[in-house]
Amino acid sequence: MEKQHIKHKKGLLFRIICFIFAASFAVIFLFPTVVTIANSFMSQSEISSNYGMVFSTTDSGAKAYISEKVNIKLIPDLVSFSQYFTVLFKSPSYLLKFWNSVILVVPITVFQILIACLASYGFARTEGKLKGIVFFGYIILMLMPYQVTLVPNYLVAEWFHILDTNWSIWLPGIFSPFSVYLLTKYMKRIPRALFEAAQIDGAGEWQIFRKVAMPICKGAIYSCAILVFIDYWNMVEQPLILFSDTEKYPLSVFLSKINEGEIGLAFAVATIYMVPGLLIFLYSEEYLVEGITYQGGIKG
Amino acid sequence: MKKLKKSKKHTMAPFLAPSIIGVAIFFLLPFMVVIFYSFVDNPVTKEWVWFDNFVRLVKNNSFKRAVKNTAVFTAIAVPLAVILSLLLAIVLDQKIPGKSQFRTFFLSPMMVPIASVVLIWQVLFHYNGAVNDFLSTFGVSPVDWLKSDYAMVAIVPLYLWKNLGYNMILFMAALGNIPRDIIEVAQLESANSWQIFWHIKIRYLSPTILFVTIMSIISSFKVFREVYLLTGDHPVTSLYMLQHYMNNMFKSLDYQKLSAAAILMSLVMIVLIGALFLIENHFGKDVEE
Repeated sequence: MEKQHIKHKKGLLFRIICFIFAASFAVIFLFPTVVTIANSFMSQSEISSNYGMVFSTTDSGAKAYISEKVNIKLIPDLVSFSQYFTVLFKSPSYLLKFWNSVILVVPITVFQILIACLASYGFARTEGKLKGIVFFGYIILMLMPYQVTLVPNYLVAEWFHILDTNWSIWLPGIFSPFSVYLLTKYMKRIPRALFEAAQIDGAGEWQIFRKVAMPICKGAIYSCAILVFIDYWNMVEQPLILFSDTEKYPLSVFLSKINEGEIGLAFAVATIYMVPGLLIFLYSEEYLVEGITYQGGIKG
Repeated sequence: MKKLKKSKKHTMAPFLAPSIIGVAIFFLLPFMVVIFYSFVDNPVTKEWVWFDNFVRLVKNNSFKRAVKNTAVFTAIAVPLAVILSLLLAIVLDQKIPGKSQFRTFFLSPMMVPIASVVLIWQVLFHYNGAVNDFLSTFGVSPVDWLKSDYAMVAIVPLYLWKNLGYNMILFMAALGNIPRDIIEVAQLESANSWQIFWHIKIRYLSPTILFVTIMSIISSFKVFREVYLLTGDHPVTSLYMLQHYMNNMFKSLDYQKLSAAAILMSLVMIVLIGALFLIENHFGKDVEE
């Protein structure tokens, strides 16, 4: 009885420690996002008085008004939408870069998924050594870092004279094997009997694909689209190599080049750039988690 | 029977063709050319020089520095990423309040573009920044972190912040897959929770631990992204990464070195991926029986 009591107490203590551990990590994890969003609602003067020491330009005249240390604050002295107003209505260059991101990422996501739906059905329904080798090739390609894949991408772009155009990022992105890999893994789990039943009923492959495989894979396709979208929304390497014109850069690269004088705006632009990802996350966290879970283990 | 199989293959061709043709044109064929370029003196005269390009590459000081820095980063960041994400998954496996909220919080950085939070990192790690401000209360003299030899100290947390959630989800799934009855039997035989953790859970988790380790190594090669967004084209030497080297080679159009570097990198990757497959085969039998 006494022992049971001690054990229970120990368990409780352990759980309290676990909770404190989780809570402190939660604070660290939320900190950057929350502070960025909070600071986007500060006026230009508040931003420069808080962070002047970090982002100040060299003109010494202004320094007298600036505090010695940075001052990270969660709650603005005065909630102001002036930064958003400037970004949205007065300086169109940021909105243009946001549009660059959209126009690069959306077609890649849509077409990569379309091609992957077809290919993954093909891979899931084919047997044999040749298929195994080809699929293995896809896995290797998927795991290759940019340091490797950007060299061939650059060569192709040069051959086709599409350097400095969106095509140079679209095309390798569309044919990138990630979704093929993920959806094939999912489709292989569909019981064969389902396909065979449809075949006996006289359905052709195209019909089986559309009427049987696609409806079952709806959730997986959505999970996969989320993972592709956030990966490309965060792209940095490809534009640096394939675009020489910085006007074409997506916001994911351009944000770091924001002028020191516009640091107040930077928080607002950074927040706007987070919004699509966070919205997807709020509405479909379960799909994201499922998508990651399918990846646990490389082989099909 | 054989005929049936053949006809089946035939009907699959239209499904596979778009992807396979695309991969061939945009990855496979140009990669062959990359291999060719790595063995010739230059793309115009095309004189076969065997391994000269590779020798020049590995003797190149900037390349050596880039490899060293990338390796140092991987060696620091990957163990931390594996251990911390496993700890988070174990903590969320306990009966504590707010579990699903915690999972949401830990996963949220995955959805936030790095570019959106570099400002905060600059505020934290600047010479006049918050980290130095905090350390100065303990009498530590300020360091301009991003321009110092300790620049990794600023980069590693950013990498962890972004990647821990993903690993944690993989570990949580693996923890959920451990058969309950085995744990119950162990409890009946009065094993304590430490023994259950060490002898049962870790054993069942080991394939996932290895998978996460190798995936983290692969993702650690992408850390250029964080470094570039924080410090631009020309970081301090302690942050000069492989991708910086590649970018410079692209700028000077040095195809031979680019190709040789890409081939060397891909060889390293193939070894890693091969290890991943062997491990999966080995443990797959062990655990799934």
